[in-house]
Amino acid sequence: MTLNADIPASPYADLTPPLTAVQALAESNRCLFCYDAACVRACPTGIDIPSFIRSIATGNLKGAATTILSDNIMGGTCARVCPTETLCEQACVRNTAEERPVAIGRLQRHATDHLFARKGPHPFARAASTGKRVAVVGAGPAGLSCAHRLATLGHEVTVYEAKPKSGGLNEYGLAPYKMADDFAQREVAFILEIGGITIEHGRRLGADLSLETLRAEFDAVFLGVGLGGNNLLNIPGEERDGVENATAFIERVRQATPDAPVAVGRSVVVIGGGNTAIDAAIQAKRLGAEDVTLVYRRGRGQMGATAWEQELAQTNGVVLKTFAAPVAIDAQGITLERTRLEDGKLVSTGERYSLPAAMILKAVGQTLAREALDGLTIAGGKIVIDDDHRASLDTVYAGGDCVASGEDLTVQSVQDGKLAALAIHRHLTA
Amino acid sequence: MADLRSTIAGIRSPNPFWLASAPPTDKLTNVVRAFQAGWGGVVWKTLGEDPPVVNVSSRYGAHLDNERKLIGLNNIELISDRPLEVNLQEIIQVKRDWPDRAMVVSLMARIEEEAWAGLARRIAATGAVDGLELNLGCPHGMCERGMGSAIGQVPEMVEQVTRWVKNATNLPVIVKLTPNITNILWSAEAAKRGGADAVSLINTVNSIVAVDLDAMAPTPVVDGKGSHGGYCGPAVKPIALNMVAEIARNPDTAGLPVSGIGGVTNWRDAAEFLALGATNVQVCTAAMTFGFKIVEDMISGLSNWMDDKGYANLDQLSGRAVRNVVNWNDLNMNFSTKAVIDPALCIDCGRCHIVCEDTSHQAIRIDQGEGRRIFTVVNEECVGCNLCSHVCPVPDCITMQPEENGLPPMTWPNDPRNPMRAAAAE
Ligand SMILES: Cc1cc2nc3c(=O)[nH]c(=O)nc-3n(C[C@H](O)[C@H](O)[C@H](O)COP(=O)(O)OP(=O)(O)OC[C@H]3O[C@@H](n4cnc5c(N)ncnc54)[C@H](O)[C@@H]3O)c2cc1C
Ligand SMILES: Cc1cc2nc3c(=O)[nH]c(=O)nc-3n(C[C@H](O)[C@H](O)[C@H](O)COP(=O)(O)O)c2cc1C
Ligand code: SF4
Ligand code: SF4
Ligand code: SF4
Repeated sequence: MTLNADIPASPYADLTPPLTAVQALAESNRCLFCYDAACVRACPTGIDIPSFIRSIATGNLKGAATTILSDNIMGGTCARVCPTETLCEQACVRNTAEERPVAIGRLQRHATDHLFARKGPHPFARAASTGKRVAVVGAGPAGLSCAHRLATLGHEVTVYEAKPKSGGLNEYGLAPYKMADDFAQREVAFILEIGGITIEHGRRLGADLSLETLRAEFDAVFLGVGLGGNNLLNIPGEERDGVENATAFIERVRQATPDAPVAVGRSVVVIGGGNTAIDAAIQAKRLGAEDVTLVYRRGRGQMGATAWEQELAQTNGVVLKTFAAPVAIDAQGITLERTRLEDGKLVSTGERYSLPAAMILKAVGQTLAREALDGLTIAGGKIVIDDDHRASLDTVYAGGDCVASGEDLTVQSVQDGKLAALAIHRHLTA
Repeated sequence: MADLRSTIAGIRSPNPFWLASAPPTDKLTNVVRAFQAGWGGVVWKTLGEDPPVVNVSSRYGAHLDNERKLIGLNNIELISDRPLEVNLQEIIQVKRDWPDRAMVVSLMARIEEEAWAGLARRIAATGAVDGLELNLGCPHGMCERGMGSAIGQVPEMVEQVTRWVKNATNLPVIVKLTPNITNILWSAEAAKRGGADAVSLINTVNSIVAVDLDAMAPTPVVDGKGSHGGYCGPAVKPIALNMVAEIARNPDTAGLPVSGIGGVTNWRDAAEFLALGATNVQVCTAAMTFGFKIVEDMISGLSNWMDDKGYANLDQLSGRAVRNVVNWNDLNMNFSTKAVIDPALCIDCGRCHIVCEDTSHQAIRIDQGEGRRIFTVVNEECVGCNLCSHVCPVPDCITMQPEENGLPPMTWPNDPRNPMRAAAAE
């Protein structure tokens, strides 16, 4: 037996290094400053991409960052975690002739990093106080984006957050190698600098808070509670030791430190085909698991994870097994059944095989935790909202993963929070 | 936030970025779009006496770099080709809707007092105009009719026309100068004598921008033939900067407000014009290359940079570099600077070596390093010319570092090596 396995990259090391000044200048000069640019239309927050890139090219980095943050206050996180290959960069017209888009995400990071490093005055100022008070439930991207926009417009915001830290999945869910150097907390601190936002941690709607009291005490309520629950596999053995929700595993990884890393089994099986499955698999591998297999019941093309993410898993040494549906878990590992697609429908072939697994991570979808949402109309597992992000109860608004506004992404949640804040502002100042 | 409000010749604008007299300011539609985008003012496209001129089809030639970025534009367009009254009505309407923006109107006429004065009075009668700009610079077409640069190249005529227009109305008069002359000071001084409230420069540079080698004609080609045109855009900025500085540091014209024009493409260009004594800037080609939106970065970039540098307003910045523009004879002969190559940044392309070796002073040595070449400046041979630092593809890889030599400053007139010095002393 040789022990010559390559030392895995740390899960905490920056996955994509920042651009150097030379790289950023060269890349910014590739941008054509398009009119009504395709990239802008493909950004859920509608960042004025050609303008911020032009500002990088002219050396106006603060102006570039301000342009980004005025549309997307979490432009720093989005620069790190957005699946740009399916958003702005997929739309970039530079793909047509050169098959290489402008590196919008990395340029966005270049500009925002500059602003964060400078510790200058906050680029935005608060409007005069309106005397209106808004409650925000959840300090994730949706909640913080909403709170920031409301505070900018002069309202007083109280954020109720169940967890001990702010940031939502920025802090507890996104891959550590995308959010290196405690970026989530640095960004939260920056957002709060605007003033007028109070966050109360350890306050859970449904436990010590009710929607009814919030509605009575505040002029409006915004719900940005994300998706708190997890789907079950509903197969025998699911309760076995070493079987865990991938989100819970990732949360442990995010809260651990490089010097006291989370222990992983020698062989790990991850079930699922989305972002979360990929992230959990890569983190398990980087934490030293010898064999990490991601099993998914359909094919590569049907995975929620983008081609880029699938490739990232593979270059990290994760084995992707497709057309494999879990049927049972026992002490040794997991039994899978081969599947295939017939006229677009998934059917079982009846053929089974087993994989050894000390650790099994389930990433088969998250669900809305409904307990605290009494009285709200819910459909398709999401809070129903109208075009103004208004939920079915008066003065209650919602956004982020807990509504069906678009894809469940950080950037979409930021946009939801922003739009809801603008709607609340219209309502409060009407 | 730095205060970007600007006043030139008594004309106020919320920022120093104006659109120059050219197609971007040719009609109401364009100017309204410009003001919506944030431009501080416009100089309306040059108006002439009716009947309006007629333009040819095919009008612009371009000087592109090898990545298709436009570095120079050339045009053979004439002045406004729309009836005077149509323009005047639109000017009234725009000023009514955008009272805080500067509305300057450019004009051009035959070299006759009544032509200039009459036109100026008609424009002033709109009551919508903050100032007049005299187009004495168009170097193509109009000059063949005795106008534009045909006037601007003769200082006496510059003075005469300026006086005619000054006497005709109470509006501030900005005289727009042509760079197609031997000494810009002659026309600037003439404008001042004529009573100009300010000068603006430069208009376009006479040029043939390219030859179509199939048509065997200069571009733009109009049915097999072309004409020399006016060159503008980033490539003319150095010419313009020098002329602005000449006016700012010349005792006879110092204090004459200058509106800087020529290749202003971003806030840095603007800051350079301001530093050399301009009070504001005018832009044409950059807007014609990218659209009006570029003014956003011009405003935020200038403002952020001024904040960084501690300039609270434009007056604190304007003219800051003028005192450092001197004659060659006032430079310090004892100053010495040497190129220094940072091996950590060097990518081993060899360009610094070959330009120095072939065309300069054989001052960059090559040694064989580990798997790559090491480039080192031989201090004894380096004259500090900067050539290598300009051709190096990596920013900051070659820096010029002043050398401490303990010698006091000494100008050429005092330099013992100057043969004329001995002669003068005798
Ligand atoms: C593992 C993983 C990886 C991901 N990777 C990416 C990625 O790379 N790129 C990307 O764009 N998106 C990614 N996403 C999706 C992205 O994280 C979410 O879309 C986004 O965080 C949703 O924001 P939100 O504000 O709606 O909810 P959340 O981020 O979930 O925040 C909700 C907040 O509300 C709090 N809360 C919940 N219930 C209550 C309650 N009852 N009372 C008080 N507080 C409550 C929670 O504690 C939390 O802080 C990933 C998601 C996961 C799970
Ligand atoms: C197509 C075109 C038409 C122009 N027409 C006029 C004109 O009518 N009157 C005038 O004073 N200058 C005219 N100019 C010159 C510009 O106002 C400006 O002085 C010159 O282009 C330099 O500035 P730039 O480098 O920003 O383009 C014209 C320039 C162009 C490109
Ligand atoms: S589509 Fe590409 S080239 Fe065009 S503005 Fe966007 S990033 Fe620039
Ligand atoms: S820009 Fe093109 S389409 Fe528009 S007028 Fe000129 S030649 Fe015609
Ligand atoms: S030009 Fe610059 S990069 Fe090229 S060899 Fe010289 S120092 Fe190195």
